[in-house]
Amino acid sequence: MTQPFTPADLTLLAPEIAVTITALVVLLLDLLARSRERAWLAGVGLLGLAAAIALVARQMAQGPGPVLAFSGLHVVDSYASFFKLVFLLSAIIVILLAARHLQDQGMDPGGFYSLLLFATLGTLLMASAADLLSLFVGLETMAVSSYALCGLMKRDQRCNEGALKYLLMGVFSTGVLLYGMVLLYGVAGGTGFQVVARAAGLGGFRNPALVMAMVLLAAGFGFKIAAVPFHMYLPDMYEGAPTPVVAFMAGAAELAGMAVLVRVFLLALPELQVDWGLLFWVLAVLTMTIGNLVAIAQANLKRMLAYSTIAHMGYLLIGPVVGSPLGVAAVLFYSLAYACMTIGAFGMVVLLARGRTRGDQIDDFTGLAQRSPLAAGLMLLFLLSLTGIPPTAGFVAKFYLFAAAVDAKYYWLVLIAVVNSAISLYYYMRVAMVMYMREVPPQGIALGRSPALYLALFLAAAVTLLLGVFPGPVLELARASAAGVAG
Amino acid sequence: MTVQGNVLGFPILSLITYLPLLGAILLLAVGRERIGAIRNLAFLFSLASFGVSLLLPFRYDPSTPAVQFVERHTWIPSLGVSYFFGLDGISLWLTLLTTFLSPVAVLCSYESIKHRAKEYYIFLLILETGMLGVFLALDFFLFYVFWEVMLVPMYFLIGVWGSDRRLYSAIKFFLYTLFGSVVMLLGILAVYFYAGARTGQYTFDVLELMKVAYPHTPLITVLGLSLSFQDLVWLAFALSFAIKVPMFPFHTWLPDAHTDAPTAGSVILAGVLLKMGTYGFLRFNLPLFPEASRHFVPLVFVLAIIAIIYGAMVCMVQPDMKRLIAYSSVSHMGFVMLGMFAFNLQGVQGSLLQMVNHGLSTGGLFLVVGLIYDRRHTRLISELGGLSRQMPIYAALFAIIMLASMGLPGLNGFIGEFLILIGAFQVRWWWGALAVTGIILGAAYMLWLYQRTMFGEITKEENRTLPDLDAREMATLLPIIALCFWIGLYPAPFLRAMETSVANVIQMVERGAAGKPIGPEQAALRRSPGVPGTPALRQPGNTDPLIAGLPDRQVASVAGEAGR
Repeated sequence: MTQPFTPADLTLLAPEIAVTITALVVLLLDLLARSRERAWLAGVGLLGLAAAIALVARQMAQGPGPVLAFSGLHVVDSYASFFKLVFLLSAIIVILLAARHLQDQGMDPGGFYSLLLFATLGTLLMASAADLLSLFVGLETMAVSSYALCGLMKRDQRCNEGALKYLLMGVFSTGVLLYGMVLLYGVAGGTGFQVVARAAGLGGFRNPALVMAMVLLAAGFGFKIAAVPFHMYLPDMYEGAPTPVVAFMAGAAELAGMAVLVRVFLLALPELQVDWGLLFWVLAVLTMTIGNLVAIAQANLKRMLAYSTIAHMGYLLIGPVVGSPLGVAAVLFYSLAYACMTIGAFGMVVLLARGRTRGDQIDDFTGLAQRSPLAAGLMLLFLLSLTGIPPTAGFVAKFYLFAAAVDAKYYWLVLIAVVNSAISLYYYMRVAMVMYMREVPPQGIALGRSPALYLALFLAAAVTLLLGVFPGPVLELARASAAGVAG
Repeated sequence: MTVQGNVLGFPILSLITYLPLLGAILLLAVGRERIGAIRNLAFLFSLASFGVSLLLPFRYDPSTPAVQFVERHTWIPSLGVSYFFGLDGISLWLTLLTTFLSPVAVLCSYESIKHRAKEYYIFLLILETGMLGVFLALDFFLFYVFWEVMLVPMYFLIGVWGSDRRLYSAIKFFLYTLFGSVVMLLGILAVYFYAGARTGQYTFDVLELMKVAYPHTPLITVLGLSLSFQDLVWLAFALSFAIKVPMFPFHTWLPDAHTDAPTAGSVILAGVLLKMGTYGFLRFNLPLFPEASRHFVPLVFVLAIIAIIYGAMVCMVQPDMKRLIAYSSVSHMGFVMLGMFAFNLQGVQGSLLQMVNHGLSTGGLFLVVGLIYDRRHTRLISELGGLSRQMPIYAALFAIIMLASMGLPGLNGFIGEFLILIGAFQVRWWWGALAVTGIILGAAYMLWLYQRTMFGEITKEENRTLPDLDAREMATLLPIIALCFWIGLYPAPFLRAMETSVANVIQMVERGAAGKPIGPEQAALRRSPGVPGTPALRQPGNTDPLIAGLPDRQVASVAGEAGR
């Protein structure tokens, strides 16, 4: 450890640097621009994200890794790269969704785009974290940006309430997480995942501090991914926050939490797998079951999707429970599939938000199939995918995840998961029912006409459908990418 | 089971399956006001699918149980999923039944569906593609995809164009069947990983999975019953199929779904969807898990007998015609299950033929009820009566279909039920005897239904002005009636085509694990020492180097030598 970093390290950080520069440029242009019309800022953001995608793809093509940088703080491997692609894709779709919506709702575009890019930066850093310190930096970059994003509609009461709850719970959970990290540092004498793993493995003893640290980390990450019983803030936050922000939270921020959770527990605490495996088993069952059951009772679509996110996080937790290469590959594939379908569903809420209707009540979708068969068809696709009905990405993702669990002989867990999956049909299909089986209300439904919004929806729908029909190449990629973390 | 190449130069099975889907896609481009064009296009495409499928019985080779007209392409290589379509004596007639009933279903909707017709026909055509895929897929992944895809259009058909409690019935149908299928998914995965670990070759190919003998030594004890791996997986599959059939305690979705569905929905539900359950038992449960199938014979028989008698008795008290016919399906499908689990040629052949018969006659009965519903907008028996005076043609056609459903000699139902009873009597005479009571009850409720609706004085004024059937309406019923007579009078061609396949399944059930090339002992020989079978999921293209690329017969001899 002679030099803090070399120029080669900077090239490994290229995607993150690209996103940072874009964010700063957006911020600067927003200050300098004279016109009130600032939709073009979205274009700048998209360009930066596209460049970042190209850079990540180049890193991926250079080999599966892992390559460590900055004295072991930052790692580039295909596991990180896969997640980065998911987050960047999510960010692109979200920007497309938001372009017109910000104008309609009178939100500040410069602030939105730069904060969104900073949040994306945070998720990228999280995916590449190889050390508790860099993990914390990434997490906070993401979290602080999201607190601000969630409160972007300054004059909306529900927005303020949700943002405040999220802030308080977020700060609290960060504290819990930090406490766990401190304990780990105390035990291991270092913060690198490998250092921790080596210390935890020494003699295989049962150090109470280590167990304590494990529980605190699980709770801290539990907050970030909204696992039951740490999920309370999520529905309020989702209901209040601007819809594009929520789409980003569901399609990137929480998945980033899952990405680090898998990496930390599999790489830093493999010796305790029996213990945290059981812990996550219980969390997974609670999360999916409560998420699904409470979702049934929701009348607000954003709240329903919040509980659906919780349920999906429960399914995703099966991955770390299984812990096998197949399980990790399934988490990767599931994350991509989930990001597209959930952002698509939130995109529909944006589409329906016109004027005074917020578009977030399930009843706002009444008769949509007759008003706009295309919009209803897209929503149906996202709903079917969220349920896990073929031929959609959601089906293949669930299939792959459950296969991993059956392979590792977690039969009860899979049984609970498939029953949950059947339960979820009820509330997803309620939206389909409202769209198709109720007649159009006399006042009609106004729809957004932004081409960018439709582009975003088509993009999400295309990925959802393609991954459902031809999942082969992406499954391959996910399996190859899982090798860095498990195997 | 072996595979025979496609004797035709083109992928006929895919063509049959996707023609309706193509029609649905084209329909998207038609303006929604042009109802005439929409329904004609839908009819055309379902008819084209039927036309192409007519080639199958002529080119099908009944002398072998091999799967024919095979189409096979790798789809998701890392999971061992292939796009595998094939047809044998079990799926042949069910495929034809589906392609036959679909244009009938389109035709019978011409007048009754005016509201949102475009979406209606799109869903109907997608449904047909889904159903055909279920019967033709021989890869578990592919099968499961079609099995679930098909639920979606049916859900909408009931929910949008249904009557009364359509929303409740639609979601009930969807939830029940989905619940069953996700449990089946678990079974599929268990089989996949077990066979994969045993052979070193991870695949969803049903024929490959049939070659593996699954352990039938007790694994766990539940409520004093010791269950083996085979038993558990059998139950996982059976739950899904039993809900679909539907077998006795799982039948409650059926009367609701049938009653509230539009006529075409009921025809397809009764005609084809229920067959998927019994087809699933015959295609998967029996050959894959022979020991478990034999183990559960008493259970299936008891449930089948309950369904036969209970279903028939409930029919007696139904005030609603559609509900009555729905419960008669429960009773008739009990017969199909009874014959299948007799495990002899007569029983299973009768069972398979009865699937087709039930599709024709019950489909026909729903059409008959639909015709009245179009005119009177009621299905209550008490609202009708004396219709034979007003609608003589209708009464005559109704009579024939009713008699076919009852099992009158000379009509199709008789042949099927007769074979099933012969099969059942060979196993235990009292089971056959109990089943016969179902036939008697069946005659009672059917004749009584006919008497109350067709004979006597016209009691309601509205019924005095009902028009008799027009040409289109007759065109929906007459082909069904013709087939009822054909199967009833000369069933030989139908039975001949299914015979070798059925015999093959029976043989597989009887020989059980001992007859399978890959039993626990043989597998130990197949795997050369030092080459552990690692899952293909972790390591692509993994095959045992010793046997890679050799056909199975050679594998057996190689394994034999290694054993010596």
